[in-house]
Amino acid sequence: MPAVQETIDQVRSIDVDQYKYGFETEVEMEKAPKGLSEDVIRFISAKKGEPEWMLQWRLDAYKRWLTMKEPNWARVSYDKIDYNDIYYYAAPKKNPAPKSLDEVDPEILKTYEKLGIPLREQEILAGVEPSSRVAVDAVFDSVSVATTFKEELKKAGVIFMPISEAIREYPDLVRQYLGSVVPVTDNFFATLNSAVFTDGSFVYIPPGVRCPMELSTYFRINEKNTGQFERTLIIADKGSYVSYLEGCTAPKRDENQLHAAVVELIALDDAEIKYSTVQNWYPGDAQGRGGIYNFVTKRGDCRGKNSVITWTQVETGSAITWKYPSCILRGDNSRGEFYSIAVSNGMQQVDSGTKMIHLGKNTTSRIISKGIAAGKSENTYRGLVSAHRKATGARNFTNCDSLLIGNQCGAHTVPYIESKNATAVFEHEATTSKISEDQMFYCQQRGLSEEEATALIVNGFVKDVLQQLPMEFAVEAQKLISISLEGSVG
Amino acid sequence: MADVTLMKTPAETALAQAFESAKTVLPGSVESRAQAFEQFSARGLPHRRVEEFKYTDLRALLREVAPFANVPSAEEAKAALEGSKAFADVSALQVPFVNGHFVREAVDFHNLPEGLEIVPLREALANGHEWLAKLSPVPWASDNPIYQLNTSFMADGVMIRVAGAVETPVHLRFVTAAGSAVATATRVLVVVEDDASVTLLESHESTDGANHQPNDVVEMIAGDRSNVQHVRLNAEGDKTLALSTLAARIGAEVTFNSINVVAGAATSRHQVYAVLDGENTNLRVNGANLLKGSQHGDSTLVVEHNALHCESRELFKTVIDDEATGVFQGKIIVPHHAQKTDGRMMSAALLLAEGGSMNNKPELEIFADDVQCAHGATCGQLDEDLLFYLMARGLPKKEAERLLVQAFLGEAIEFVENESARDALVGTVEEWLRARA
Repeated sequence: MPAVQETIDQVRSIDVDQYKYGFETEVEMEKAPKGLSEDVIRFISAKKGEPEWMLQWRLDAYKRWLTMKEPNWARVSYDKIDYNDIYYYAAPKKNPAPKSLDEVDPEILKTYEKLGIPLREQEILAGVEPSSRVAVDAVFDSVSVATTFKEELKKAGVIFMPISEAIREYPDLVRQYLGSVVPVTDNFFATLNSAVFTDGSFVYIPPGVRCPMELSTYFRINEKNTGQFERTLIIADKGSYVSYLEGCTAPKRDENQLHAAVVELIALDDAEIKYSTVQNWYPGDAQGRGGIYNFVTKRGDCRGKNSVITWTQVETGSAITWKYPSCILRGDNSRGEFYSIAVSNGMQQVDSGTKMIHLGKNTTSRIISKGIAAGKSENTYRGLVSAHRKATGARNFTNCDSLLIGNQCGAHTVPYIESKNATAVFEHEATTSKISEDQMFYCQQRGLSEEEATALIVNGFVKDVLQQLPMEFAVEAQKLISISLEGSVG
Repeated sequence: MADVTLMKTPAETALAQAFESAKTVLPGSVESRAQAFEQFSARGLPHRRVEEFKYTDLRALLREVAPFANVPSAEEAKAALEGSKAFADVSALQVPFVNGHFVREAVDFHNLPEGLEIVPLREALANGHEWLAKLSPVPWASDNPIYQLNTSFMADGVMIRVAGAVETPVHLRFVTAAGSAVATATRVLVVVEDDASVTLLESHESTDGANHQPNDVVEMIAGDRSNVQHVRLNAEGDKTLALSTLAARIGAEVTFNSINVVAGAATSRHQVYAVLDGENTNLRVNGANLLKGSQHGDSTLVVEHNALHCESRELFKTVIDDEATGVFQGKIIVPHHAQKTDGRMMSAALLLAEGGSMNNKPELEIFADDVQCAHGATCGQLDEDLLFYLMARGLPKKEAERLLVQAFLGEAIEFVENESARDALVGTVEEWLRARA
């Protein structure tokens, strides 16, 4: 079945030439010398005022990285990246570590205003919807320029700050968890990130605390020839809960810029982490010039019993996406979820998916992935579900649909399902009608069409999260969710 | 990079030596064999870092290369065939092979059913038969290392031409009866002309206790409006490493059904490469793997839809007992011109005991926007509710399990049109289940 007109129009409205966030901000920047060397790493470390162990950690990673090869198994192709032609550190010259918003360069504030990111707490408080308060950490190239609601969060015991600050203020906490989910040696890009990461967010939720507001980080690449290497570490201690949102944009440029981030989530006993991403990096123009290379390692570790990690992602940007947010289900009864909508247009290439690694008993996971390819793009779902010998009673349900608009694009599905335990039950489905017939019946009986009912059920959860997104482009994201499932292929 | 020497495993070195001594003895052109072997040795035996062999590491599985089997004497061949039991109750034209060599005395070339022609491959290779040009109907299959090894070493086989409706099934009976381990490489080409139809049975048996290494390739060209029924049974000996490939190029409005049932071998890998070249063709590829002990069974499948309005259905069932490992890798490719394709691929696995593993990889590669493609994969135990239902009605647990497994596999087997062949497959399943209890 071909795609319905409504879907085509909606995908068209976010086509690559409609990119709205492509403006540049004129700010005087301070940069590290171009290229990558031990000196540059020392420079970054010194800029951040890091302790010795952190510098050593970075240097070890760098040494390791030099021996590694760039992975080539993903279904993406791009010109070789010259890692010595990138600035690894770029920060606004004027007061790179502002104490309050008044000290932040007004040009930068304007940028965030234009992007619709609320950085002033009082404005948010005076907003129409007081319930949608969100604490924001704004990362501009290599530094965090502002973090809102820090004080209020502190009262609840929640630590939310740039990771560079956390390394100084809570070194023990950082040291205990950093690299414990994504080891330094994990993969080429993660190792590179470990050597040169500049900023990102650090979140710690103490035992039993339900984080009083949404936390979010907004990443902006602005400077030319730079790469952004952010590192996010979220720890949810026993019985805590946090919902975290991440957004990203970049100016329109003819060059490709590298974004190699690492995100680590740790959920201890009974804790829950919801991690949502709206990825809208500059995708390049219709001819495939420019755009961000988004090579990201995201992994969550359900370390404790009954813990839950949920990844939700809406991917519309980047020239190339290489990203597999994963869950290691280590604790008994833990749960991992992955909800993804990846839309590719123009010449974009997406190779994304998830890994659910069942190690503990009675662990459950669910994967719902929807890929929509238009233009001349390539959209690949690549996922792994595996059950370890000891993962008794593991349960997985996977549903990945893809939709093609036009016949110059491609949609691919590469699922790996590995079971080493007889009691593990894995189901991989690509047809939309298979999702809970009871629920379908319930909805249809109340007058919804099959399509409406399917959309309601499949995306009910995703919608829930997206409606709370503070960013302007959440509107687009919501539109995507309502995209008809009609005409989808497995 | 002349100074880089590739490290070869002992098995790779042995294969190179075997090829050196065999290439002048084997019939036909040395060049094409040498070319295939060169392609093979450039990459060596595939290992787990080679995506297509991720779950079947041939480098680890093939440590020692068995010597290639000699032509059996007439008595040896007769004795071997007398001991063969596969499809015993199916009346069919026998095309037997012993130790990888065609037993031509067993075929009465003057009284073949109407519409059927058979040419021994050994002779054809030696005198450059015109049908040789039809070999390798799926060109990209020659990129596969198992196929390359077969092309390098193929010693015998047959070429069959079917023109018209051939009622009598043709039974390709492969028996390896050597007492000690031998390697064999056979190649069969079946050309089914337009509007023709044929039922092709294929059985593979070998002696227990010897590490035989058969590598069989069956190639088919199905003309427009033809009907091909292919039933394959792997009943190899318990130590055999069985590699096999089915490569088919299929025309328009064809009905093409193929099933592979695995009930033997220590390690087996059956590869199906099918290209749908004409419109409105209907393809079915099924598989039933019965694995126990430390058996390893791999079903690899690539279906390329190259024309409009084709339908393909793939159903693979795997039953895993003890510490066996099942592998299913399927891929449906739909290029942008193959609109209105309807493809469905399903792999279901039953794990009967702790310690077994199943690896599923159902892939889709789609470039056309008006198609229906679906894939599914499941993996789990027998349904407790169903077991309870049967036990509540007085069946002992073992019996109930047997019934459910039989029904599970039956789904893949029931589409076999030839009744006695289907009965033989059902019998194989029953025997396997009885041996289990």
